[in-house]
Amino acid sequence: MSESTLRVGVVAPEVLATYGDLGNALVLVERARRRGIDAEIVRVPLFEPVPNSLDIYALGGGEDTAQALAAAHLREDPGLSQAAAAGKPILAVCAAFQVLGKWYVDANGSRINGVGLLDAVTIPRDGRVVGEVIAHPVLAGLTKPLLGFENHIGRTRLGPDASPLGLVRAGVGNGEHGPEGAVQGSIIGTYLHGPVLARNPQLADLLLERAVGHPLAPLPMASVERLRAELLSQ
Amino acid sequence: MRQKQKNLMNARGRLATAAGHLAGRVSQKLRLGSGGMIGGRVALALDPRILAKLSARVPVVLVTGTNGKSTTTGLLRSALLPQGRVASNVNGDNMPAGVATALMNDPDADFAVLEVDEMHLPRIARQTKPDMMVFLNLSRDQLDRVGEMKRVEGRLRKAVHENPGAHVVANADDPLVACAAWDAPRVTWVAAGSGRWNDPAAFPRGGGQIIRDGRDWWVAADQTYRRPDPHWWVEDDTLVHAAGARVPLRLSLPGEINLLNAAQALAAVSALGFDAHAAAEELPKVRDVAGRYQSFDVEGRQVQLLLAKNPAGWEESLHILTADNDQLVLSVNAQVGDGEDTSWLWDVDFESFAPDSAATFYASGERAADLQVRLDYAGLDSELIADPLAAVLACRPGKVAVLANYTALQDLLAAIKTGGHQPVQEVHHE
Repeated sequence: MSESTLRVGVVAPEVLATYGDLGNALVLVERARRRGIDAEIVRVPLFEPVPNSLDIYALGGGEDTAQALAAAHLREDPGLSQAAAAGKPILAVCAAFQVLGKWYVDANGSRINGVGLLDAVTIPRDGRVVGEVIAHPVLAGLTKPLLGFENHIGRTRLGPDASPLGLVRAGVGNGEHGPEGAVQGSIIGTYLHGPVLARNPQLADLLLERAVGHPLAPLPMASVERLRAELLSQ
Repeated sequence: MRQKQKNLMNARGRLATAAGHLAGRVSQKLRLGSGGMIGGRVALALDPRILAKLSARVPVVLVTGTNGKSTTTGLLRSALLPQGRVASNVNGDNMPAGVATALMNDPDADFAVLEVDEMHLPRIARQTKPDMMVFLNLSRDQLDRVGEMKRVEGRLRKAVHENPGAHVVANADDPLVACAAWDAPRVTWVAAGSGRWNDPAAFPRGGGQIIRDGRDWWVAADQTYRRPDPHWWVEDDTLVHAAGARVPLRLSLPGEINLLNAAQALAAVSALGFDAHAAAEELPKVRDVAGRYQSFDVEGRQVQLLLAKNPAGWEESLHILTADNDQLVLSVNAQVGDGEDTSWLWDVDFESFAPDSAATFYASGERAADLQVRLDYAGLDSELIADPLAAVLACRPGKVAVLANYTALQDLLAAIKTGGHQPVQEVHHE
């Protein structure tokens, strides 16, 4: 963290925040503030240069035309790639997960080049998958089940440079025999909404700890534990 | 206005209608429900062309859009009542069965004013051959059900193309609505507002980026598409026509959003050839829309109900409710009719209500736990009581406001009625 205020970048919210994904940034900022760390959301509008100096980046879901606009912009703009090279935590949900991959095929069958930060490619699946997901975490540092809601038509295959974020116990995830999401360097991709950080405080704190560079005090929230217990019991 | 004369009703249609009526009555007798949809469902099953037959002799107005369908339909119906009988699905059943039931229940109507689910518009329009279609707004709602906004816009556009005889009354402030209505031979444009959630970035025709500046909008690098000049707009409490007419708007329903709904209803009445001033006098009579603005007395608690189905509706309703209530029950379900993904709760700017809120919040409904997490992160303390009626009863006697999404509101209405609690008449700002 370069300055006294932790800055959470929300990239292209007009096109990549369709499914309440702004919530991930709200969770990060609030969990930082409750530990006495100043934090703020920095909105980076579509087609404006992405600053490479933010502390965490959050990108979310979007519809296909919007997703293509985001892909076109992020392929050209160097900011996010520079941030990734510097090891800044980046969370990419759903459409953004696909956009950060090498390429994806949209609903019309057109192949769209991605940013190439994740060794992943996506093709459309037969029909939309909609429903609750439970995944066993694979990423080191995570021990608790990953919970989320998926709503997508992608089938994502990971290459050798990416590893899964989790292994699906209920739901579909990447749709390739178990993996859910992807991890490569400081980038985490996932299909999980909910928003994912609201339902998985351990993942939120992992991103925060990487950003501030030291462990954080526990932050128990009864409301979150209750929600997780309810989702796990279904 | 085009008058439809041809009588399509035949033996099969009459049989289907009779069977539908019977099913509706049996359903009510057996207390299976209000009979709202079952009659239409039976009639549709017996005769797939029943909508065409039932609507063949009546001028039809179809009202669709994400928010305000029921309210605008109710206002339009009320405004037309001095002109004759109006068949209308005032209970909010906006699928084909509900539309069929409304038409069956009033076979001698002079007008049909029908609320129609966005995705079902082409199918219902194909049969009812509307004289007019009213397009309110399109924003994210139940995303997992309807898929992408572009698809919804496509449905409306398809109905426009298939019904060139229909006069379209459309919201000029909403780029997706304008996109859908663009090719209609006759359009009345109304500046009916566009909330911050009405936020597609890409214009479906050509996929260019939508640029906004206040109410104005245009499409980047495209000379063809921009906000049409409105024929009608609202200034404070007055509806203004581009030619100079000024129509005072007085409503019993709360909130600025209902002034905009009224604007589209009166623009529609005017386009049908009736006097907007006279029609406006009828609007205060609308106090309740499908139970959505109803108030009940529940053991000394004056309970005001509001339905809101999506982020835009929730923010609008919270502004209305937090102004004069200090006990709020928020209730959220995630049934198919609500949208199964509760992520939308994070698009509601609860944070803006937190700093000056002394209100007591109850998180309720089947997804009370998701709601409570959202409120917690916004800095709002809440008590979780999943049963909405129990949450109401946990409030101290006095005013209680309930904001609920679709099936959560239905659950509460059913519980209130089962409990024998009585509607309160005088609650709305006159």
